[in-house]
Amino acid sequence: MTNGRFGPYGGQYVPETLMSAVQELARSYERWRNDPGFAGELDGLLANYAGRPSLLYFAERMTEALGGAKIYLKREDLNHTGSHKINNVLGQALLAKKMGKIRLIAETGAGQHGVATATAAALLGMECEVFMGGEDMERQSLNVYRMKLLGAKVNRVVSGTATLKDAVNATMREWACRMEDTHYCLGSVMGPHPFPTIVRDFQAVIGREIKEQLITLEGRLPDTVIACVGGGSNAIGSFHEFIGDESVELVGCEAAGRGIDTPDNAAALTKGSVGVLHGMKSYFRQDEFGQIAPVYSISAGLDYPGVGPEHAALFDCGRARYVTVDDAEAVEAFEYLTRAEGIIPAIESAHAVAYAMRCAPGLEKDKIIVVTLSGRGDKDVAAIAKYRGVPVNE
Amino acid sequence: MSRISDAFSAGKAFMPFITGGDPDLETTEKLLYALCEAGADIIEIGVPFSDPIAEGPVIEAASERALKAGCTVDKLFDLVLRVRANIKAALLFMTYYNPIFAYGVADFTKRCAACGVDGLIVPDLPFEERDELLEACKADGIELISLIAPTSEQRITEIADKSGGFLYCVSSLGVTGVRSKLDGSAEAMIERVRRVSDIPCAVGFGISTPEQARATAQFADGVIIGSAIVKIIAEHGRGCIEPVRRFAKEIKENLRGLQH
Repeated sequence: MTNGRFGPYGGQYVPETLMSAVQELARSYERWRNDPGFAGELDGLLANYAGRPSLLYFAERMTEALGGAKIYLKREDLNHTGSHKINNVLGQALLAKKMGKIRLIAETGAGQHGVATATAAALLGMECEVFMGGEDMERQSLNVYRMKLLGAKVNRVVSGTATLKDAVNATMREWACRMEDTHYCLGSVMGPHPFPTIVRDFQAVIGREIKEQLITLEGRLPDTVIACVGGGSNAIGSFHEFIGDESVELVGCEAAGRGIDTPDNAAALTKGSVGVLHGMKSYFRQDEFGQIAPVYSISAGLDYPGVGPEHAALFDCGRARYVTVDDAEAVEAFEYLTRAEGIIPAIESAHAVAYAMRCAPGLEKDKIIVVTLSGRGDKDVAAIAKYRGVPVNE
Repeated sequence: MSRISDAFSAGKAFMPFITGGDPDLETTEKLLYALCEAGADIIEIGVPFSDPIAEGPVIEAASERALKAGCTVDKLFDLVLRVRANIKAALLFMTYYNPIFAYGVADFTKRCAACGVDGLIVPDLPFEERDELLEACKADGIELISLIAPTSEQRITEIADKSGGFLYCVSSLGVTGVRSKLDGSAEAMIERVRRVSDIPCAVGFGISTPEQARATAQFADGVIIGSAIVKIIAEHGRGCIEPVRRFAKEIKENLRGLQH
């Protein structure tokens, strides 16, 4: 394992009270990560419960219509609970059990991570509490009820901007109150060490499968791998396997919200600067005094002012490239994929689809693009209707 | 002798906390004088931050009020510079690492020295991450105060051994805030510190009544009171000076005459 740093980024910027908890977690992860029994148990859950491997689907109609590179979709939307979040959650829940914890707490933005955590808790017989911004609870009321059905308690967070960043604050505070029997099941490749490494490792299955599946289908590596970036877990999961394959271009899509030149965006790398929040040094949208900026995206899952520290390092060294996609372009991609392929993507994933639509036509037909479809879009249907001004009774 | 060591030289230290700029800078200035007159030995001024993860709801709300009212760290530096000559108590800034980092670590500590800020408490900067700031603090003669918590256990020895000024002992798990009962782990923590160091130990988090302050000062060198004062400020707004002064005096009275 790294020392918790990705270049200058990462670290453990947490209150003293939490130091013992993050150190215990790092020690336990070291103990279990290479344990054959643990790996076998997790692989079993991924195969027989989450439904892995997920499909690598050739989007033939989309490819033909765009007239350029071949487009493959990595179908994380087909996982149990509807997104890539389950990969990480099953790993962490299993680890928490090994550590003797009986209770999971988690933050959630769109609700995908909260639902996944509540699901794992139900499966493994653990207690679960989810912290969610009041704003997001309004935007994703169905997911709130879904978590409750799964037996989780959902806590409304009303401080600050009442979105994902404040949900992380609230979950960290709760962890500082109760860590003896409680594991903080963090949802992205962010937070204090060892979370960025743990979550990256549990999500790296995405890229490993992409490589294996594409070699079977096409006999070669992709030219470009594209994924959306909020905290960045599905993107790191997609990229990690290819970091050493220099021919593979890695592209992360940040949310430009109402426009990259407006303050209403969530593009931490493109529009942010280096800072320290939520236990890590990384890039954040902030003002000159280091106050974290209120960010915005139509996608609750990308509506976060920071980005995981490994992305910060990949950004600095240029190994991955980060582009931005605004609400309008993401909604168009959402609608396009739904019509062209009969696949409704999560609005988060639609940011990655949008960039593929932008770049594929300009590429040779023998090029191959893989887009990670991090989740399914059922949860977003009401929001898209609202965006289009169509009245819908949820 | 620094102002911080002076604070512990004449009995038990009373260390109130207020959020800078809550409800406005003018009130903060008056509060600094009132607290000093009431016998504060060290005053912690919270530099408001958008995401104060170690704070409970009372101080978090105060930070939000101060930021809304336009408080910035530069305005607080100016305030300290203005009052410094007239205030005997040591003045500390308590803030999170990001406002310091955004300012530029070396620029920040230089400005502290120039304005008369005696020390810094940075709750999200644990021992392992402190080197960058510690170096700048040392260069400018600013104390970087370390925290220890009930979960620190064997870390206590190393932290106590390598820290200056005083140790901020977090009385209980969780975040800042008023607690009706303290769980007693602070005393055990301080015993552990005593085995390796004679650094003064101040206890904070959850102390809100004169009785709790007195009981804590039986074994601690100083008592930190934050949320209970910030609550009075929230209730009374600009009219908080007298109620805060009365409360502070009562605390100070209860600390007098205890064995040093």
